[in-house]
Amino acid sequence: MTQKFISIEGIAKRFPAAGGGTTTVFEDLWLAMERGTFTCVIGHSGCGKTTVLNVLAGLDTPSDGTVIVDNQAIEGPSLDRAVIFQSHALLPWRTVLGNVAFAVSSKWRRWSRLEVEEHARRFIALVGLAGAEHKRPAELSGGMKQRVGIARALSIEPKILLMDEPFSALDALTRGTLQDEVRRICRETGQTVVMITHDVDEAIYLADRIVLMTNGPQAVLAEIVENPLPAHRKRHDVHKHPLYYAVRNHVVDFLVSRSRSFGDADKAALDRRRPPVVRPGAPEPVMLGDAHLVPPRSDIARPPVSQAG
Amino acid sequence: MTRSLPFRAAVVSLALLAAFLLAWHLATRGGGPTAAMDPEYAKLMGATATQGKSAMPGPLDVAATVWGHLKDPFYDRGTNDKGLGIQLGWSIARVAAGYLLAVLVAIPIGVLIGMSPLMSRALDPFVQVLKPISPLAWMPLALYTIKDSGLSAVFVIFICSLWPMLANTAFGIASVRREWINVARTLEVGTLRRIFTVLLPAAAPTILTGMRISIGIAWLVIVAAEMLVGGTGIGYFVWNEWNNLSITNVITAILVIGVVGMVLDQLLARLTRAVTFPE
Ligand SMILES: Nc1ncnc2c1ncn2[C@@H]1O[C@H](COP(=O)(O)OP(=O)(O)O)[C@@H](O)[C@H]1O
Ligand SMILES: [Mg+2]
Repeated sequence: MTQKFISIEGIAKRFPAAGGGTTTVFEDLWLAMERGTFTCVIGHSGCGKTTVLNVLAGLDTPSDGTVIVDNQAIEGPSLDRAVIFQSHALLPWRTVLGNVAFAVSSKWRRWSRLEVEEHARRFIALVGLAGAEHKRPAELSGGMKQRVGIARALSIEPKILLMDEPFSALDALTRGTLQDEVRRICRETGQTVVMITHDVDEAIYLADRIVLMTNGPQAVLAEIVENPLPAHRKRHDVHKHPLYYAVRNHVVDFLVSRSRSFGDADKAALDRRRPPVVRPGAPEPVMLGDAHLVPPRSDIARPPVSQAG
Repeated sequence: MTRSLPFRAAVVSLALLAAFLLAWHLATRGGGPTAAMDPEYAKLMGATATQGKSAMPGPLDVAATVWGHLKDPFYDRGTNDKGLGIQLGWSIARVAAGYLLAVLVAIPIGVLIGMSPLMSRALDPFVQVLKPISPLAWMPLALYTIKDSGLSAVFVIFICSLWPMLANTAFGIASVRREWINVARTLEVGTLRRIFTVLLPAAAPTILTGMRISIGIAWLVIVAAEMLVGGTGIGYFVWNEWNNLSITNVITAILVIGVVGMVLDQLLARLTRAVTFPE
């Protein structure tokens, strides 16, 4: 049996409810990830995505179950797992360099100041902020702040990168650029990434696998969608791929209706240890004639007949 | 033409000052000789009775006295006749000693309280009871146990400076943003390093605000404390000049106390600004 790099094993999170008793955000959640893969978690607000990520980070402890990383159960936060926070979480009294250097000197405690700064500068340059080292966070735009957050996370050369809706507060243009950069850096370094998002296009562009969660409370991991797009996809042509709308429709359909309608019967039928893995492929032949399922665009290449048949 | 607001404010301030000084001068001016009286008797009665001069000194008298003190602030002619500079020096030294001692005690304990909900709850009743006690109420106890009037004044300053700093430090540390603490946690930063690199810088503006409140209270209290313990200090000077019926000196001392208090406050205000970070 091959051991997975990250293995979430039956975790649950419960909170005491307002009127006594407990609220279960989610329970019996299983998910495994291989080294070097990019996983996106999608679900509506309140389904427990942040909680799952915080458990992975070691910032939160599950009410039940464990998470195994690299054959070791996690006990609290670790420098092996870097977190990119939604709110960037920069220390406002430190400069850009100071913020990254804080992380670097936390990882390599014996390094001299010079070594720390040189290493930090390398990662500041990597996210395109060379020249802004001595600015304070208050002087930076939202996109630049998030870049510093990324540089800080990458600078400690973690085994796993955890991101909680890192780009949701940014404008579309900045978001696109940062997605490109994160994708490039993660592919170059073979980073294992878990990212939370509620942007379907972002997930399709970045992720190898998209994990779908139903609405809370008592959210479940309903399905794992394998991204059928080629690994060398480019932002500007990703939507032209024949399978793009198949994936997109599948995920949007889940978010719009199935995440809500996923009932007790569905939950009972679900093998939580092995959630169904779906690889949206060519539309079924019967669906080709169905106007609702074919994307309303003429330039979408139809799959070859041999594949469809 | 309209000048800048600060300029116009300064003009109004000067006008108000001039009006006040003029009113003061007119109110205390001598009203000419009063009823004729026996010269021997007039000598006994002094200028107040003979020339209708007010017992209150005018601004010119005070200015002359201030000038005299400024020219020679550090003379020492025995216990009851020392320069204003020497007296001020004593007061400032006592405030500095008590205040720094309070900083050394309040900030570590405040950090401890702020970091631990348990300690916060456990110490809260003590703080609630001790905080509203007038610092001067500790004086007899201090005199009895310390047996030194100067040190007792320092102790009173210590006690009165302690609470605002303690309360603000604990509050500042407890309300440090969760995400900054989480950053430190994910970087596996140890407790001591976390205190110095995250908690204290994040809470510094709140702590400094507490320290500014404290220095204000300490400067208020030192005058009263020195009136009680006597010997040296600006508070003793005021009391002594009152006993000498030298209202001019009392007014001079009042002015000086105000100026020094303002300087201390501005010092702390500047420090607060230095540690405040924009978000
Ligand atoms: N400390 C808490 N006490 C009670 N309920 C909480 C607490 N933290 C989170 N929750 C609940 O857990 C659920 C999941 O929260 P979260 O993980 O932040 O969701 P998401 O990130 O998917 O929007 C929410 O419904 C939230 O109300
Ligand atoms: Mg969230």
